[in-house]
Amino acid sequence: MVSCPHAEIPLGNWVEAVSRPDFGSRLAVPLAGETVPAGFPSPAEEYLEKRLDLNEHLVARPEATYFVRVSGDSMIGAAIHHGDLLVVDRSVEPKPGNVVIALVDGEFTVKRLRRTPFGLELAPENPEYTPIQLNDDTDFLVWGVVLHVVHKV
Amino acid sequence: MPKSYALIDCNNFYASCERAFRPELAERPVVVLSNNDGCVIARSEEAKALGIGMGTPYFKCRAMLERNGVAVFSSNYALYGDMSARVMRILSRYCPDVEVYSIDEAFCDLTGVPGGAAAYARRLRATVFAWTGIPVSVGIARTKTLAKLANRFAKKQKRCRGVFDLDASPDPDRVLGWTDIGEVWGIGPRHAKRLRAMGVDSALKFRELKRDWVQKKMTVSGLHTLLELRGFPCHGFHSGPADKKTIVSSRSFGHPVTRLDHMLEAASQYTTRAAEKLRKQGSVASGILVYLQTNSFKLGQPQYSNTLAMPLAVATAHTPTLIRAARSGMEHIFRDGYQYKKCGVMLSGLEPERGRWLNLLALPPAHRPHDGPLMRAVDDVNTRWGRDTVSFAASGVKQEWRMKREMRSPRYTTVWEEILTVQAK
Repeated sequence: MVSCPHAEIPLGNWVEAVSRPDFGSRLAVPLAGETVPAGFPSPAEEYLEKRLDLNEHLVARPEATYFVRVSGDSMIGAAIHHGDLLVVDRSVEPKPGNVVIALVDGEFTVKRLRRTPFGLELAPENPEYTPIQLNDDTDFLVWGVVLHVVHKV
Repeated sequence: MPKSYALIDCNNFYASCERAFRPELAERPVVVLSNNDGCVIARSEEAKALGIGMGTPYFKCRAMLERNGVAVFSSNYALYGDMSARVMRILSRYCPDVEVYSIDEAFCDLTGVPGGAAAYARRLRATVFAWTGIPVSVGIARTKTLAKLANRFAKKQKRCRGVFDLDASPDPDRVLGWTDIGEVWGIGPRHAKRLRAMGVDSALKFRELKRDWVQKKMTVSGLHTLLELRGFPCHGFHSGPADKKTIVSSRSFGHPVTRLDHMLEAASQYTTRAAEKLRKQGSVASGILVYLQTNSFKLGQPQYSNTLAMPLAVATAHTPTLIRAARSGMEHIFRDGYQYKKCGVMLSGLEPERGRWLNLLALPPAHRPHDGPLMRAVDDVNTRWGRDTVSFAASGVKQEWRMKREMRSPRYTTVWEEILTVQAK
């Protein structure tokens, strides 16, 4: 028997039911200029044009966007607190001035990439911490650029 | 103008997914185990170099893996599925036409892209790697079969740096000569063996065979392979896989199963899964087969395995009906006194839901008007809120036979509680 080129490649038993992040979802908050009284057909309804989508605002490229959680307080100065959620885009080319997720000595860390007279450094935004100088010997890698921080007030 | 088809294939996909979130493993050998931590199902290049074979049972190579510092993961299909979706979306973003072929492979139509197919593929490859961390190999050619072959070349030959365009190659025949007959897309192992016995051991030698002979001995699908190797497209774009003729759901148990009630639960659970797949492709099944087996690796234990195939009176996709059949079959073949390792269910005789044959004696499905909508509602709920939000009591509640997954990595991209943590220190 000739195996048909279109025969499905076995994917493992449960692959089909894998959960996917639902980028198509609309977590929408209605933008209404007026308060809407309950119970009656609302006269404001005609003015309700569009719902605001937080995904649309925070996630430009869903394929390259990852959410990560912060542990520690070395980035307080950049309004990044312990427990905050970061929106990281891996499609953005890292440039000095960006807050980045970097891998240093096998650990993910969040820092600001900065140019100094001596080269690049990964700088904390909290005077209690010291920057990490980047030279040829440093084992490091920029994993993604932080675009937003979601902070619970 | 000839077409430029690209086959884009993620390298060691499952292992690469694990590495995307553990970049420090970049140089270390990585393996991923099958469900239930049974066998090795994915290996990084370093793990291949250690001589770890595909499908090696975990218990057999465990000590060796530890000795060599291999990072071992249980399979994490939530992560792999999401990463696959990301890769496919990137491809769709930049290619005029994409056909997803499997979880880690896609065909792209790169005919007439600016700068030429190979240069375009290089950019595509760099983009996928930057955005996801997944390395891919790209093979380009004028037919899908040749693109597959070019892809293997791209992967195996370091100097290709991941991209190979067969049509731009100075000596395409050498690539065909280099490709083993068994590696040609569409040539099954049996034909490969027969051809090899005749001295036809490469894609090149196969291509030189007579058309009539191939058609006679290997039917029309063999002929298509031959023509595709000669550069005449037979497999169009989006001539997607035919609906499956059988659906199998089976798995090894987390612990040996000795009791009939546990076995019946497992059979019910697998039947539920198979029935979901069946409805998804819009088919009904006219037969069901159940099987069970003990662990043949355990020497000195009594061994037993058995299979029972049963026809269904009316072809159906109704889960409770299928569960009833599976359970009665299982009761039939189950024997006390054995330690069972695995059981499974296969649905056969699939036909489209519309236009099925009806049994003269059985009631037509219209007489059970609730079955269809009920199943649809169950599927909808489970799609929306997650698998097994509603399940069948027959599948059990505790499910003691369920599998082990001791080394699963976090579901970094699909579960809030498991996303990556970064240090701000």
